[in-house]
Amino acid sequence: MTAFKTLSEKPWIWSFLGMIAIWAATAIYTGGKGSADVITAALSFATFTAIVGVGQMFVIATGPGNVDLSIPSTIALSGAVAMKVMDGSNAMLPVGAAASLGCGLAVGVLNYLLIRVLRIPPIIATLSSSFLILSTAIAYGRGLKIKPPPLLAEFTTAQVWGLPVLALFFAVFAFGMSVVLNRTIYGRSVLAIGQNMRAARLAGIKVERTRFLTYALSAVLAATCGFLLAGFSGGASLNMGQEYLLGSIAVVVIGGTSVAGGKANLPGILGASMFMFLLVTMLNTFGASAGVRLVMTGLIIVAVITIAGGEDAQS
Amino acid sequence: MWRQVTSPRVLRAILPAASFVILLAAIFYVQPRAMSYFGMNLMLQYTVPIALATIAQMFIITVNDLDLSIGAFVGLTACIGATLLADSPLLGVLALLACVGAYAALGALIYWRNLPSIVVTLGMSFVWLGGAVLILPTPGGTAPGWVKAIMGLKTPVVPFPIIATLVIGISVHLVLMRSSYGTVLRGVGGNPRAVKRAGWSLLKAKMVMYAAAGFFGVLSGLSLIGLTSAADAHIADRYTLYAIAGVILGGGEFVGGRVSPIGAIIGALTLALTGSFLTFLRISPDWQIGAQGGILILVLALRALIKRQEG
Repeated sequence: MTAFKTLSEKPWIWSFLGMIAIWAATAIYTGGKGSADVITAALSFATFTAIVGVGQMFVIATGPGNVDLSIPSTIALSGAVAMKVMDGSNAMLPVGAAASLGCGLAVGVLNYLLIRVLRIPPIIATLSSSFLILSTAIAYGRGLKIKPPPLLAEFTTAQVWGLPVLALFFAVFAFGMSVVLNRTIYGRSVLAIGQNMRAARLAGIKVERTRFLTYALSAVLAATCGFLLAGFSGGASLNMGQEYLLGSIAVVVIGGTSVAGGKANLPGILGASMFMFLLVTMLNTFGASAGVRLVMTGLIIVAVITIAGGEDAQS
Repeated sequence: MWRQVTSPRVLRAILPAASFVILLAAIFYVQPRAMSYFGMNLMLQYTVPIALATIAQMFIITVNDLDLSIGAFVGLTACIGATLLADSPLLGVLALLACVGAYAALGALIYWRNLPSIVVTLGMSFVWLGGAVLILPTPGGTAPGWVKAIMGLKTPVVPFPIIATLVIGISVHLVLMRSSYGTVLRGVGGNPRAVKRAGWSLLKAKMVMYAAAGFFGVLSGLSLIGLTSAADAHIADRYTLYAIAGVILGGGEFVGGRVSPIGAIIGALTLALTGSFLTFLRISPDWQIGAQGGILILVLALRALIKRQEG
């Protein structure tokens, strides 16, 4: 009984419960056929959402008003640049990866400069920088139809015992980030700033350095996602990042991170990413039309956020 | 006298108008033929729906929220306008009223559960888009005749889009900036606790603002199909970003209820003109959104400079 109580108090538990409920509903509908395959596919796709989700989580945790809206365009730019640099050759793989990460770092620096030097609210800063990044991606990647290097394509789609290799790597990474969040000075600084920026500054926390690192981290993770996603889906496309705008924010909120800042939860992101993919899969298996699918996705996300992410009305 | 003109307060107030005038002058310099009744009409005709969407976004920003679904919502109302409203007007009007009601309900939900508006509206953008796809699976439909007639008005001397946007801006200004309840509504963005202690219902205020946003979203959708005469679920996807950028360009602050309806209209006009300007300069459309982002950053940089003087 106490175990149940401690478990129900964990903020991440809801995303996992939702994930299991949806998977079970799908499995019952199909009579259990292909349920294991669904899990494999979900792990693959959820990894991409979770990668950007982790970056978004650190940004959101630094306090109200902090959101990175430039993630989709960073994904597009990084994918386009990497594909063009590598031009389908295995030998260029390290160069492509470096170029991709370089894009991410540049975006992070740009976002931070807009926020810090021009004092633009982060949402507007990342929004306007996303305009610039997207334009660059469009101009640079026009008519881009380059296949990813075979090695990258193999790596991103490889499986061991039905588990995507990418998901295994990500699990290790997520564990590392969880340690960073909870056990390092940087991670604790992020949470402290999210709770009260003024107090954090007065306590001697290096606020500006932490904010810079946070926006850089988010952009670099988005770039990584773009790089891997281009490999996974057989080439970069300009709109491949689009769904990650809602995706990255939704998994953070559903996963139990407080939008008011100062409270972050990494395991929840993993559950929430699976939940998001399984939700779409479920609606697909039920044979819903495109319109119904969109409406249901939206309503379920809003409903889950109302239940899991809401707080008491302002008093 | 000169000191008054260069005071930060005045500079801040004229910044949106100044950016607009400079852009317009640049356009006339590059393409003198734009400086005519016909040229202005052509260049500015799409500013009416954009300005209406910007005003909708402004209402939401006034109460410290952000609507990331207004583009999809305008798309939905455009689809309703081009199908239901044209075929069976009563049903169409009811559907559009339901849309406004849904917005009011969203405001209530966001207030009641203290939800982040960004996430809720992002989720709702799927609902609006899905609804639009259900109503109009493929691009098409026809706008009702009276909508087309209004949008195609040929006013004497001054082109219709200019008159229309001016009327919108001034009437919203009168209600939001000059009326007593308008001041309360802005106060909800500035200091919600004080407004609540003074005995006003925050729930009602949020619902009123969201309903107003929904209403202007409907107007935006209708005016849009008045110009295109057909609709498509994705017809207004870009409006979400345009609307946010327009409010900010027009001198609105992101938090604190500091907004300006007339500024927002000017902001929307500036953004719309950027497109024409780049076309006249023969710059590839690839860079159009980038240039809009650049202008946004430039204006915000100027404002930061003025602010530094201020404090």
